[in-house]
This record gives sequence, structure tokens and C-alpha cells, in this order.
Amino acid sequence: MANMTNLYDVSKCTACRGCQVACKDWNQLPAVIEPFKGNYQTHEDTNGDTYTIVKFLEMEDAYSGVQWNFIKYQCMHCFDPACLKVCPRGAYTKTDTGATVHDPDRCIGCQYCTYACPFQIPKYRKREDKVSKCTLCADRTAEGLQPACARTCPTGALKFGDREELLQIAEERVKYLRASGFPNATIYGKLELGGLNKLYVLTDTPDKFDLPVNPHIPKNITAWQNIIQPYFGWLIPLALAGSAFSFVSTRVLANKHGGHEEGGHE
Amino acid sequence: MTNHIVDLKNTDCALIMGSNAAENHPISMRWLLKARDTRGAKIIHVDPRYTRTSARADLYTPLRSGTDIAFLGGMIKYIIDNELYHRDYVVNYTNASYLIKDEFDFHDGLFSGWDKENKKYDVSSWDYQADANGLPLTDPSLQNPRCVFQLMKKHYERYDIDTVCKITGTPKNKYLEVLKTFCATGAPDKTGTILYAMGITQHTVGAQNIRAFAIVQLLLGNMGRPGGGINALRGENNVQGATDMALLFHIIPGYVDSPMNTADNKDLISFIRKVTPGAAKLPFTNLAEFRELVKAGFPNSGWKIHTSKWVVSMLKAWYGKAATPGNDFAYHYLPKRDEKKNYSHIAMFEAMHRGEIEGLFVNGSNPVVGGPNSNKEQEALTKLKWMVSIDLWANETAEFWTHQAWDRPVKNPDVPRMTPAEIGTEVFFLPAAAVYEKEGTAAQTGRWVQYRWKGAEPVGDSKSDLWIYNELVKKIKQKYGASKRKEDEPIVNMTWDYDDEHGHDDIMKVALELCGYNVADGKPVEGFAKLADDGSTACGCWVYCGAMTFKDGKNIYKPQLRKKDDPSGLGIHPEWGWAWPMNRRIVYNRCSVQPDGVTPWPGDAKRQLVKWDPLALADPKNPTSLGSWVGVDVPDFIKTTGPDKAAFTSPFIMRPEGKGCLFAAKNSLKDGPFPEHYEPWESPTVNIMNKQNLNPAVKVWEPDKQGTRDKYPIIGTTYRVVEHWQTGALTRNLPWLAELMPDMMVELSEELAKEKGIKNGHNVVISTSRGDVKAVACVTKRFKPFNINGQYIHQIGLLWQFGFKGYATGDPANRLTPHIGDANAMCPEYKAWLCDIRRA
Repeated sequence: MANMTNLYDVSKCTACRGCQVACKDWNQLPAVIEPFKGNYQTHEDTNGDTYTIVKFLEMEDAYSGVQWNFIKYQCMHCFDPACLKVCPRGAYTKTDTGATVHDPDRCIGCQYCTYACPFQIPKYRKREDKVSKCTLCADRTAEGLQPACARTCPTGALKFGDREELLQIAEERVKYLRASGFPNATIYGKLELGGLNKLYVLTDTPDKFDLPVNPHIPKNITAWQNIIQPYFGWLIPLALAGSAFSFVSTRVLANKHGGHEEGGHE
Repeated sequence: MTNHIVDLKNTDCALIMGSNAAENHPISMRWLLKARDTRGAKIIHVDPRYTRTSARADLYTPLRSGTDIAFLGGMIKYIIDNELYHRDYVVNYTNASYLIKDEFDFHDGLFSGWDKENKKYDVSSWDYQADANGLPLTDPSLQNPRCVFQLMKKHYERYDIDTVCKITGTPKNKYLEVLKTFCATGAPDKTGTILYAMGITQHTVGAQNIRAFAIVQLLLGNMGRPGGGINALRGENNVQGATDMALLFHIIPGYVDSPMNTADNKDLISFIRKVTPGAAKLPFTNLAEFRELVKAGFPNSGWKIHTSKWVVSMLKAWYGKAATPGNDFAYHYLPKRDEKKNYSHIAMFEAMHRGEIEGLFVNGSNPVVGGPNSNKEQEALTKLKWMVSIDLWANETAEFWTHQAWDRPVKNPDVPRMTPAEIGTEVFFLPAAAVYEKEGTAAQTGRWVQYRWKGAEPVGDSKSDLWIYNELVKKIKQKYGASKRKEDEPIVNMTWDYDDEHGHDDIMKVALELCGYNVADGKPVEGFAKLADDGSTACGCWVYCGAMTFKDGKNIYKPQLRKKDDPSGLGIHPEWGWAWPMNRRIVYNRCSVQPDGVTPWPGDAKRQLVKWDPLALADPKNPTSLGSWVGVDVPDFIKTTGPDKAAFTSPFIMRPEGKGCLFAAKNSLKDGPFPEHYEPWESPTVNIMNKQNLNPAVKVWEPDKQGTRDKYPIIGTTYRVVEHWQTGALTRNLPWLAELMPDMMVELSEELAKEKGIKNGHNVVISTSRGDVKAVACVTKRFKPFNINGQYIHQIGLLWQFGFKGYATGDPANRLTPHIGDANAMCPEYKAWLCDIRRA
């Protein structure tokens, strides 16, 4: 099936944060009330009970004066998700429409995914000893509904649909924005990390929206995912074999007996 | 709104001034952004502070709070000097050509007729010159020095760009850009819209601010056309409905002046004479004679010539069988207000504070948070014998007597502090059903009346407002029983029949009474043109007449219509809900076509709403009734007024002269026919435009509480954020919304923060001559100091939505705001006052 996703156009977002509340409503997440720290942004980052936030970024330069950039931030549903690769229990799966979904029943709370994600999205939820994150409302979209955030957006900044079609809309929009006073307008999510199942139209470069300019997955994670994890199935017996061998051989040596080449099985 | 929310998509340019549309009216942005994408419309935002609206605007410029008339006066001058006005429109549809009496004058900030003793104007000189028949004299060439156009030109000569910028603190290049961009809509094929909210009204010159908009929009030819208009974004979902129903002291339902205790109100016929324009000197002594005069028509009346029909039908609805031609339709039952008394919010709390009021019903209102000078208003509540609070939650007003309610951040001997033991007010709390727990209509900001069906059962014992008032009045009527006392008649004889067959309140019965019915058969009246003043029709609110119709054997209530069709493509959606008056979506829409009634404005055929069709039938059943106004919107015009009649080119049918008023004649306003810049009551500077600092017609309630700039050098203002609604009684009790904006905060510039040693996130105290509040500092680049006439002046802004109840709590900012209001509407000056700020 085609990849279904959200296109988020910052040039239409008024930062009303209806999306943030709709997300909490649909997923029945409790409020995490933190004291006001001098910025409209509710939390510095997403958390176990807050799958999406709107970031508020104030900047000023001599040419464009004051700017206030808003950006909705949540799981990017990468085509090639690091979380899925590092999870030792296979808690992450990709749906056939491209959402990266986390199964709390399989999660053991090891938090490898939280370190592996280039967007620092999966968050540890202490009260359950599990990780949680945005599901792109896979439960809603499977029933033909839009994600809760897109459904509630009053200005049409969030659109849900076929990624290919949305990409075309995004390309058009960027062309329009570049011609109307936003020379740095760009699409985010088209090529990053080989493609994200989340598309952004930005009015400026990604760094002005606190997005990683060149998101990448750390080398050690790549090693884990490409070398170690594929052989995970027999690495455990091998490791056990090694330790068994060591156990036996030390005793053999201690008893000055001849040893076996083969170790025991689990 | 003269137009409506969806219509914003038709604009070429939107001037958002005194409104934070993106935050407080999020849906408006949906349509404005659409206008930008599809028509290349420009969005301009003018506000003291850069907000989420500014972030989405093409052009943002600051102005100091309380200087809108200077800003707009400069715009009027710019339009005239550069001949950017829409000439055909101005000559034909406005009173630009009308000659004004020679006695009218303006000197030193005072208009002619100033009565120094009584501090009010005698408005007799603010009038048109008239011919022998009483008809205004005009000069369509606009050259006569006494014509409105020339007088206006002279009045605004002083508003040159440099002077304006010295007052407003707006950077000159930005101001010029705004002028150039918005005034380009004076081209006949362009329209521009103005959106405003409380940033415009909550000033001692609030009504005149809006008048300045009216002048700009009339000069540019933007009224009555799609994508144009003056659009008040109403701050509550049904506040439009509340004013339609006359939840104001100076009117009765349908915007008719309320009767007073004076000789010219003594009986129905005197009252009709007084409230019907043009009737003052006509020879009639009873309704029958008056009816004949109305039938023949008389000058300077406009559509309000029919006022007697609205008043009598209302009396008939209220008093039923007891209202007869023999007893003035029970006009004497109506309470008459004291001519010398003011019953506005501030005045009411002043009277309460003096101990003149015994009891108070507070419904969906929270003055301890929302009232100006709320320290004083909270103290006023302690002087009541009883108070009934009707709300979803026991809000700050319901609990004004608790220990918590009297907590203050600093010890201030001028601020009252009390304990529950000292307060004798008996408080009753009635839990109310939320909007989704009851049925009914809400009239939204664009006058669209939409029905809402119940979504959930009310929680616990909470009841709908209709239930509460229905039971209350039934009980009152029961207490009065069949009393024969004269003074009890208004209650004994009041109609009160809203129960269904099971004794439950039936909202459709209320709707039918509001929309009007024929007394003989109880069937709905099909429009206010069919209302009569002989007792044959009853109608609670004439502007709602026509919302109920009888079809296929049953009543159809049009606010329940839900057809999405939009045949014109202009977003009119004629069968989605219903808009008053008579489902007209854009009022004054006669202006969308040239004076000949047929030709669209050059290059603007797509936005023509109505036209004169000589072959159409005014009455479909009468083949001889040739000639009628028709269109994609319901014409806001008398259907049969054809080119043979003088009124053919008079689109503003509610005005006696039928024209849009560049000059507000006679008693339209209390403080002048042209808007003039005056400083706010508490101002950091002197008025350089004229010799009056404060609007002279304003009532000063507490002269001793006026903060001075030596002690309070910083301008303070208040506003809302999208995350909370009004006083926050609703939203601060919802955890998800409390999470979004958890604390009372104050926004200040980096420059001021540095001066005061305040860092982002610090606790700070803000003080005025009326009190102190604590808040969290939000140090931002979005506030900048102003250069006001060479002085470096700071402004800060506070959320006024906090109180001591709920999940998100904080001090009410209104403990700082003054008890002073606009000269006309008495709307409190929440938006510009003086304060100081320091670290807590």
C-alpha cells in the first residue's frame, strides 16, 4: 500500500496547538503541567505523555526583523527507522502505510531506541517502565480516519494523505513561497535519512526550525543494525557456547583434563 | 461583522488592527490564508506587540496602545491627499457631499457645542444644512467648503505622517508601507477588509476608533462588498446573540433605544415619536394617524420608519392578551431607565461599591477576574446581601469570599483585604450545563445563527440556562399569583409559556416567540416587513423575524439548515444556518453594484452580490409587480426601490439619510462627528494633536486613582492567548489546556528586562495605583520600546485570564486596570494604562 502521511506547512501554522490537545485526547494522555519558563512552548521536548509539541523559536536579524517560527515536532516515521533496528524485542513495526508503530506489550523499557533515534523521539514513560511515541494514529488511519492532529488543524497547515500526492503539493508550495518572499523555503522529509514518512514545508532552512540539517544515525547503531542484529538469532547461542566453553575449559585446565571443542547448548 | 468569516477569503488586503486574530479567532486565519494563496491578498497586522498573528502576516508594524485614531487619521489624510478614494462610491453612497451647518466647528480638541459645566456636547450644530422640506443640501462636486468631504479634509490636515509617527511610535517606513498597501484597495476592482477586536474597543475612544475604520472603508469603497467591510471579531461564541437580545442597558431587543423616565417617553406614542427618525415634528397623536404617515413615507427616516411595528410586536410577545390598543400595548409595563443614570458594567460596580445594590445574578461572567479594577469590584461584591453565581465551575467570583481570594502578592495599604468572617454576602451557586450539554442557537461573529444539538447529558445536577430561568420565572409568577396590585401587573401579565406538554422547557417555543408569530393562528411571521403595530403580530426580536417559516404543515427553524451548497462560490452558503437580517450574509450589499443598480464595479463582476432587475417580480404571485432587486445574496435593500425613487442610490437603509457616514451627524456619538486623537486616561506623554489630553466627553470615576508617569512610567496592556478562553474559568479547569499555558505571565522587551534586571522566567511584580500582581516574566524580542515624540517609552503586556481557581492559577491582571470607559459604549479602558515592574 501507498505511504500515507501528514504534510505540515509552517507557513499556515498559527501555533494554536490544537494538534497537541487532539493528540492527548485521542491517545488519552495525561497533562504534564510544567511551570511557565518564559517561552510559550509547553515542554522543551516531547515526553512519554506528550507525543507531539509545537516549538516556538524567536529570532531577529537586520534584514527580516523579528521572526517567530513555529514547528510541530513529533515522530518522523522514517522509512528506515533506527528504533526498529535497535529494538531487541521487535517492539517496533512498520505498518503497510508507512507508520512506525511501537507495541508496548513487547517493550521491555531498555530505552535503546531513545538513544538511537536521530530525532530523539521515543521517550521513556517511567510510570509503566516502557517507551512511547506518536503512532501517526495508525489505529485511526486503519479505519479510514485522519490522524487526530490533522483532523483538528483549523488553518489547513496539517494535511493527511498519500505521500506522493502530498510531495507534489509540497513542491508546488515551496515554489510559491520562494517566489513570495521566502527564498530559502524548502521541503523537509523528502530525502532526509532516505526519506521520512512525514513531510514539512519550511519557509526557511531547517536549522531555523530546530530540525537536524543532516540527520544521521550514529555509526555504532549502524554497526549494530547491519552486522550484529541480523545474526542476533545465533549470536546468543554462540555467546552461551563461548561462556560454556570457558566454563568447561577452565575446569578442564584446572583438572588437567583434555577438553571438548564443542560447548553446551542452552 | 458587516461581512462574515468565510467572506474573508474574498479579500485583496486585510488590515488586522486591535486584534490578535490568529490566537483569538483561529478560524479567521483559515480564510485569510486562503485569500493570500488564491488571490495574492496581503495581510497587515498593526499591534503594540508581535504576536502569532504577526507571524503569519505579510506586514507587521507596531503602534503604541491607545493611538489608533492617530494611525487611522493619517490614513484618511493619505487617502485624500493622494486621491486614492473610490470617487463614484464616495459621491453616491456616502454623505461626503452633504453640507454641514455653519455653526459646526472644531478648535483646540473641542467640537462646537461643548458644555464645560456639564462636560458634554450640545450636538445641534453637528447636523446637515437642510432645504425647506427638511432634506439635506448637497454638493456632488465635493468642492463646497461646508461639505463633509472638505470639512473632513480640513480636520485631518494635522495628521501628517511625521506627527502620526511621533504619537504612535510606528517606524515611518513601516507606516508608509501600511498606507500604500491598504489604501490600494480604493481601486474599484479591489476590496480590503478590516478586522478588529478588543484592542480597538477597550479605550476611552473605543467607539471613535471604529468610526475611523468606517471613514477609511467608506472612502476606499470597501463597505457592502465581498472581501470588504468592518469586521468585529466577537470574543465569545454567542456575544453577537447576546447583543441582539439586548443584554445591554441602553437598548431593547433589536437595537431599539430603551425607554427612559422622561416626558418624551411617557407613553407609547411619545416613545415612537422619539425612536423613529424623522418623526419628531410630524403631526400625529395616535398610532392610526402615524400609520398613515408611514404609509405615505416621510423624509430622513430610512428603514427605521417601521420602528413602531417592532416595538408593538415586542410588547405583544411579552404581554400577550394584556397588551391591547386601548392600553398602549402595555408600554407602561416596561421599566424606564433613569435618564441621568448609567447602568454599564463600571457604573453598576461603582453603585454596588456604594452599597446601592442588594443582589446580583452572575451568569457566565467572572468579574473578579474579568472586571476592570477587580480589587474594587471584588470589594463591591462584599456589599451585596446576596449573589447567585451560575457557571460550570465555582469560579473566582463565586468564591470571592474565601481566604484564597484575598491573597495579594505584596502588602499594599491601598488595596482592600478581607476575611470570610467579615463578609456577609450570601452566595448561591447554580451549576450550569456546558454548551454541548444543551440545545439552542448561537449567533456567531458573522451574524450566522446556527443551531446546536445536545452532544452529551449535563454532568450531575447542572442545568441549561433556559431550565434555570424558566423555573425561576415560573416560581416568581407563582408567588405573585393573581395579585391585583397595579405594580404587580408587569409580572402577573407577562407571557411565560415555554413548557412542553410534559412541563419541560421547550426551546422551540422561545425561538418562535423571538422570530415572531401571527397572533390569530400562531404561525410564524415570514419576515419583519410583515410585522404590524396593531397587535396582530407578536415578535420578541424583530431582527430575528424570518428565521422561522411554515412549510409542509410544520415550522422550519432556519438556523437548523445544514446545506453546504455555495452557488455563487463566494462562501455565502445561503442554506447553512441563517443570518440576520433576513439571511443577508453581507450587509449594505447594495454597494456591490454601481449606482445604476446594474453595472458591476469596473473589473469586479465576480464580486457583485445584487442587482436591479426591471423584469423580475417583486411578488412572485403578482405578475404586475415588475422590477425587483435580486442577487446571489439577499439584497440588503427594499426590494421594490427602483430607479424612479430617490432612495435608489441610498444603500445604508438603517440610516435616516441612507448614506454611509463620513460625518456622524447629530446624536450618533457623544464625543464628536469626526474621530479625534486623545491620549488614554493614563498616558506616558501629552497630546500633541490638540490641547485636550483625555477625550473630554469621558466620565472620570476615580480621579484619585489616576497613575502618573513619574511613578508609573511604563504602558501596560492586557490580552488573551489562544490556549485560554476569557477569564479562564472554562479552560484553566481543563488539564490539557492548563498544560498549554500554565502560569500568569507578563511579556516585556529585552531592553526593559535589562534595565530592570529581569531575566526570562523570573517572578516579577507589576504595580499600578490600583494594585499589584505577580507574574512570570516572558522576556521577548516581540515587544520593543517605542520612540514617542523623542521619549523612549516601554510597554508591557499581561494575560488577563488568570485567577486563583483551577489547574492553572495566577493573579488576575485586572487588579491593575482602571475604572474608566469609552464615552459612548462605556467599554473599560483595559488596553492602555500606566504601571511599573520589578523583580519579585
